[in-house]
Amino acid sequence: MTRLALFGGIYSNYRALEAALHDVARRGVDGVYCLGDIGAFGPYPDRAYPLLREVGVHAIQGNYDNSLAEGLADCQCGYTDPRDNYFARLSYTYTFRNTSEENKAWLRTLPLILRLTVEDRRVLLCHGSPRKMNEFLWESTTPDHFLGYLLDQAQADIACVTHSGIKWHRSLPDNRHAVNVGVLGRPENDGQTNVWYTLLTISPSSVGVEFVPVVYNHEALAADMRAEKLPQEFIETILTGWWTTCLEILPHKERARGRY
Amino acid sequence: MKHPAVELTHLDNLWFQVTGTLCNLACTHCFNNSGPNVRTFGFLMIARVRQELEAAAQCGVKEIFFTGGEPFLHPQLPEMFEESLRCAPATVLTNGTIINDRVADRLAEIEQAARYSLEIRISLDSFDEQTNDAIRGPGVFRKVMGAIARLSERGILPLVTVVRTWSDENEPQILPGFVQILKEAGYARPRVKILPALPLGRELVRSPGAHEEPYVTEEMLRGFDRELLMCSNSRVVTDRGVWVCPLLIEMPDAKLGDNLAGAARKYGLRHRACYSCFQYGTICGNVNVQIEGTATHTAAGMRGNA
Repeated sequence: MTRLALFGGIYSNYRALEAALHDVARRGVDGVYCLGDIGAFGPYPDRAYPLLREVGVHAIQGNYDNSLAEGLADCQCGYTDPRDNYFARLSYTYTFRNTSEENKAWLRTLPLILRLTVEDRRVLLCHGSPRKMNEFLWESTTPDHFLGYLLDQAQADIACVTHSGIKWHRSLPDNRHAVNVGVLGRPENDGQTNVWYTLLTISPSSVGVEFVPVVYNHEALAADMRAEKLPQEFIETILTGWWTTCLEILPHKERARGRY
Repeated sequence: MKHPAVELTHLDNLWFQVTGTLCNLACTHCFNNSGPNVRTFGFLMIARVRQELEAAAQCGVKEIFFTGGEPFLHPQLPEMFEESLRCAPATVLTNGTIINDRVADRLAEIEQAARYSLEIRISLDSFDEQTNDAIRGPGVFRKVMGAIARLSERGILPLVTVVRTWSDENEPQILPGFVQILKEAGYARPRVKILPALPLGRELVRSPGAHEEPYVTEEMLRGFDRELLMCSNSRVVTDRGVWVCPLLIEMPDAKLGDNLAGAARKYGLRHRACYSCFQYGTICGNVNVQIEGTATHTAAGMRGNA
């Protein structure tokens, strides 16, 4: 049996990352993987990197990391709503300015995907979808047949993604799996302040997916964000668990569950 | 002039021209000339929809779209939604004028029972009643605001789509204006998407000389992700065959086959409207995607530790 811990979307939330890594260490796992988007949204971007490197987390690039590493003009989230774009720009400019050259250089060394063979199963780790780094895979808009197509194309039995910010797991009839591992950076628009990571347990006969809630000092993070003069809208999300920005990308079901 | 050709990479989006070009309105900017008694294309039978849904599911389709004309003129539209939502998320593009209490109840029932998202996209062209009705017809503004309120009361959050018909100096007032009137109508969490006016159909008569969009060239596509273009990821089923994209159904050269299976060939970008798609990204989808950079996993970019 092999157990992996997976998370994505740290979004500079070094406090949640610390809490998640502590929980992972307490449980004991065979590998820890970060599926990208280390910076964004939160305060003090450089604080997350040493935590990842210290415990040897295997990381891949997300769209945010790719933009920071390549010095692009935006985060490649693809927003068109002017309000979403306004906040995306603020967040990207802050993160770009406050990420050291050393960390940007480290991001450049990260792969775009990782392939593992675990207990004879082909596991693909990627940021958005197996075919595109910034494709959002939401539970309510990712049908089974389409997942089957993506897994066929990627030649994988299990695909793990993040990017959208809300976790889900789909087990397909042919014993293949797709897992959106969720994000550590901000709560998932459900009115709760905790964030999530994923434990993937693979044995010769089964695949188990457990979503683990991470309770951390979110009030301290909000204080950090205030000190850094980050937008009140971002702080509200951390303190209430409801998304206030980047809402246009949410499909109907996910949007209807939120407050805004 | 040689037009760049685009391959169908994968059928992500399956469109049904469900009521052909029949519509109860005749908007002055309509890109496919739909209107009352316009029978360029007719209604799709539910058996045809079922057959192509099955074929598309086998290919791994990602999303289903219903358009027209006015889709709610089709008496079997709710059943088509139910069948589509069993295999994929579905979106309908409507003018909203036919959504009464009974229809809204049925939509809420379908949406709640569905495993995947149902998106209701309602067109509205101004937050000012007179300006809107000058484009869409007398009395339309009030009917549409009523429909939006009805859906919102039932937990459905329609996506209000607006075609850009205003001048640049009015731009800053547009979104706040929509948000305000929608909230006043009882829609507390308005979703609004602005679309470009397309150089096609009645819009060419409405704005003579305004559309000098160039043709797409190979040079423009250098370094551009062709997968953002509709023709690389979509096909439209009509009662007269399968077309390359919903914008071009009046162009005979854009018919690619009689059914989905026979319509997978590549398409040359030979119309001015192809430039709109190139310029604005996948404008027909629910979320526009316009991306800078290298976000595709290209063969060269695949640096996994296999």
